[in-house]
Amino acid sequence: MPKSSAPSTSAKKKPAATAETMAAKQKEIAVSEFFAKNRHLLGFDNPRKALLTTIKEAVDNSLDACEEAGILPDIHVTIEALNGGTKRAKKPKDAETPVSDSDSGVEEVPSLTNATKFKVTVRDNGPGIVKAQIPNVFGRLLYGSKFHRLRMSRGQQGIGISAAGMYGLLTTGQPVQIISKTGPRAKCHRFELAIDTLKNRPEITVDDVLDEWTDRDGDKIRQGTEVAITLEGKFQRGRASVDEYLEQTAIANPHARIVYTAPDLEHRVFPREVDDVPETPDEIKPHPYGVELGVLMRMLKETKHSKLGEFLQQSFSRVSPKVAKEITDIAGKAKVGTITLQSYCSSLNHGQIEAIHNAISETKIQNPPTDCLVPIGPQQILKGLLKEIKAEFYTAETRDPQVYRGNPFQIEVGLAFGGDIPAGDGSKVIRFANRVPLLYQPAACSITKAVVQTNWRNYGMSQPRSSLPDAPLVVFIHMASVWVPFTSESKEAIADYDEIRKEITLAIKECGRKLNTYIRRKQRVAREGQRRDVFAKYIGEVVAACGRMTELDPEKLFEDLKNVARSRTETADRQLDDEGNFIKPAKKAGKLDGDANVVVIERDDDEDEDADASAAEGESPAITTDQPEHAAA
Amino acid sequence: MATTTTRKKKPVDTSKKLERMAVDVARSAKRGEDPGFDIPTRSLSNAAFDERKKIITMGDAAQRRNFFNLGQAKKFMQTMLVASGCKELSDQGKTTSIRDMFYHCKHTIKGTKENTFDTQDESDPIIEDLEVTIGSIREELGLFAENKGNMVGPMTIVDNGDTIDLSRMGSGGWGVPSIVEPNVIEFKKSDAKFVLLIEKSAVWNRFNQDRFWEKYNCAIIHGGGQPPRGVRRMVYRMHKELKLPVYVLADNDPWGYYIYSVLKQGSINLAFESQRMAIPSARFIGMSAFDREEFGFTNVIDLNDKDVNRLKEIAAYPWFAKKKPWQKEIQAMLKSGVKMELETASSKDFSFITEEYMPQKLKKKQWLD
Repeated sequence: MPKSSAPSTSAKKKPAATAETMAAKQKEIAVSEFFAKNRHLLGFDNPRKALLTTIKEAVDNSLDACEEAGILPDIHVTIEALNGGTKRAKKPKDAETPVSDSDSGVEEVPSLTNATKFKVTVRDNGPGIVKAQIPNVFGRLLYGSKFHRLRMSRGQQGIGISAAGMYGLLTTGQPVQIISKTGPRAKCHRFELAIDTLKNRPEITVDDVLDEWTDRDGDKIRQGTEVAITLEGKFQRGRASVDEYLEQTAIANPHARIVYTAPDLEHRVFPREVDDVPETPDEIKPHPYGVELGVLMRMLKETKHSKLGEFLQQSFSRVSPKVAKEITDIAGKAKVGTITLQSYCSSLNHGQIEAIHNAISETKIQNPPTDCLVPIGPQQILKGLLKEIKAEFYTAETRDPQVYRGNPFQIEVGLAFGGDIPAGDGSKVIRFANRVPLLYQPAACSITKAVVQTNWRNYGMSQPRSSLPDAPLVVFIHMASVWVPFTSESKEAIADYDEIRKEITLAIKECGRKLNTYIRRKQRVAREGQRRDVFAKYIGEVVAACGRMTELDPEKLFEDLKNVARSRTETADRQLDDEGNFIKPAKKAGKLDGDANVVVIERDDDEDEDADASAAEGESPAITTDQPEHAAA
Repeated sequence: MATTTTRKKKPVDTSKKLERMAVDVARSAKRGEDPGFDIPTRSLSNAAFDERKKIITMGDAAQRRNFFNLGQAKKFMQTMLVASGCKELSDQGKTTSIRDMFYHCKHTIKGTKENTFDTQDESDPIIEDLEVTIGSIREELGLFAENKGNMVGPMTIVDNGDTIDLSRMGSGGWGVPSIVEPNVIEFKKSDAKFVLLIEKSAVWNRFNQDRFWEKYNCAIIHGGGQPPRGVRRMVYRMHKELKLPVYVLADNDPWGYYIYSVLKQGSINLAFESQRMAIPSARFIGMSAFDREEFGFTNVIDLNDKDVNRLKEIAAYPWFAKKKPWQKEIQAMLKSGVKMELETASSKDFSFITEEYMPQKLKKKQWLD
């Protein structure tokens, strides 16, 4: 949102006005109209991005709703092209028998390059929305449950889906279609809404009750919400596409099942890998350190508490009576009039509020509680990465919560290395905030900065100056926070706070060290393979020579020597620890062994003897949480 | 052949030893062990000077050569190939040259682009390895080096059944074979009073042309530089069996000193063969660093750094360390900073060396012991 439309943050620059007059004026601004002119601020800059943003908003809402209701999300995303393609099922020009190859009754796939109009449908199995709220949720900007509370969730402002609907309406004139059912026995409501962009009000065009709600296969839908938006867009695959967004969403949300039908009718299912709904994060009160002057003003105006001491203790976290007294004591010295715990909130003038605001920063206050954060967790990250990225090495870390500007946050990092990840184009960073993939503006993002600033050469990779490492590597980074500091309302990049970047860097380092251990081990294994090759090369000669010197069974000797070669090269593996030092045979493996946050997948890409042995165990690659390649043989 | 009876016994031993190598490899492999064998170390550190016998003997230090060691795998394979070649030779009662053995063992390894051996420089040390490992000398393995070295003198020998008068060998002399064991060479008649080992064939030619051996009743023999084993063994047998004193005439440089040292005490490389080759009483008759002044030689060459280092090494050899005349000799060369070749004598007169130099040395007993 632009600052001028947010009543909370603008007062700072116009100290002459009072908070009250400011707030009053700003309520008059029609955000919806503003959006109609400045759609790029919310991620609708171009048709391609508009399509993605629409899907993103709908899917994010669905995930949030399901999780809050404790339901394992089952989300269906369908994109239909409405124009631009070769016409479906050509009708015969004349009355002549319509028998030709193209007329076999099969609909022709629309040409995606020409299509400009799409219908996006997103359906979930969530709790549904009560009838009375449906028009507000989908038909008003800045309406929702998330803005006014500090809680970790995907959506924050309550703009997204209604903005998408508004965009659709603006570009195609088509209303938003909503179907919602709150339970198996509840009524199924169907709405069509237009949005009055001047008044920021929904205009209900259809308000129906459906007798039966079924999916494409004719199966009854028990509960959930479906939103369909027709909009102008452009469908493309590749970078920053719907496909990529869903892939990454699947990684960060392994508890969700997503069924995706692209406009070319390609059908993809992102399976569910985890059967636990993430815990619902606790809502917390804001921490005094994070509160800005304008916010403080608004809070003081809106509070039900009459006295300042009570307000401070009740509205913020970590403010004890002692801390509240300290704040008022310091503020009282500012010579702006008496400020005590007993001051009436409504009587405080701007100067006094500013003094309180300053006093807060001078008071030592305990960090906010961090149990309000629900990180994805290393195991879930690993599962997400495993199902979407075919690598050979995976590791993940979740750091302890930290605080920036009074907001608790938590950083998680996952690395996937090798395997089918293409090498040579540099590595890929996938960014997430509260489980939502961030696909645009990587350069502006604190995450990218942290990744680039990390010295990946320490981890056995080459890294061109100030850029991403050049390796078959996917870097997954997730920031979980009650308030993610996006650089813009379209939520594309995380602001570069020092505290955040530092945490990301530390998490990368933790994972990097493990990756380095693996890479070095792999290099050692490769060397062992070369060693083995040398022996293998000469075994035939030695056997022949021995055979000429004495009577023995050459095949037996050949086998025996091969066995020794195998065991010798294995032994060499085990005798070295991760630093390449010799260790006692008893401690047979290195650091990665027993590390639950590491997954190594044996991929049988070379056909040396030991590969045969492990391949015999099954067709799919054996997944081990801790084994080095040769230990399994 | 009269010699076959004597030759038969030893190869059987050698053949058994070779066979044992193969059996050991198979046994190790069966037990899951790394096959390998011990190769006695051939370096100064493992060579000891036997003060009593005055020869270099080999110590107990040995290096293990394992198959499953990246640095040794190829050499192990090569050793087994040479061993198998020698086993075949022994079993067939044949001998061959070390060059022929190189070709016998050389081939491209199946499925690779690598040869078992690339040059003879690779196979020759492997042969030495095999000698010391199984304790059978090269001759017992049925291997010989190319003939090198010639000899004439007032004596008659039987070479592989042919009686040869070494005083009637013309300008070329009798080619000393690589194997001069009694089963090949027998001494029949000798009028020689001593043996003169000359470093270079060119100088030996001068001595032959000038019929020095006739005048001084001696056998003259050369080895074309560092004398090969056949020549050394020949000199040894003449010394031992005919009781002839031995004199060495070599260049006045570290290499010349070393040739003498090897003949006298044995070599570090083949210390295990000292017993049958070293002649502790051999004398160094020239050239000496003092000869420049003594004979007024003028054609001298400056010592280079390598010469200086080598001289210092030689001076420190235990068999020279306690010998004052030798220390004086080496110090003199270091001090003068020059070396001389045998040919320097020719600068005075082509036959100066046979007519003036050697006669004076012999007469005045100007030699080093």
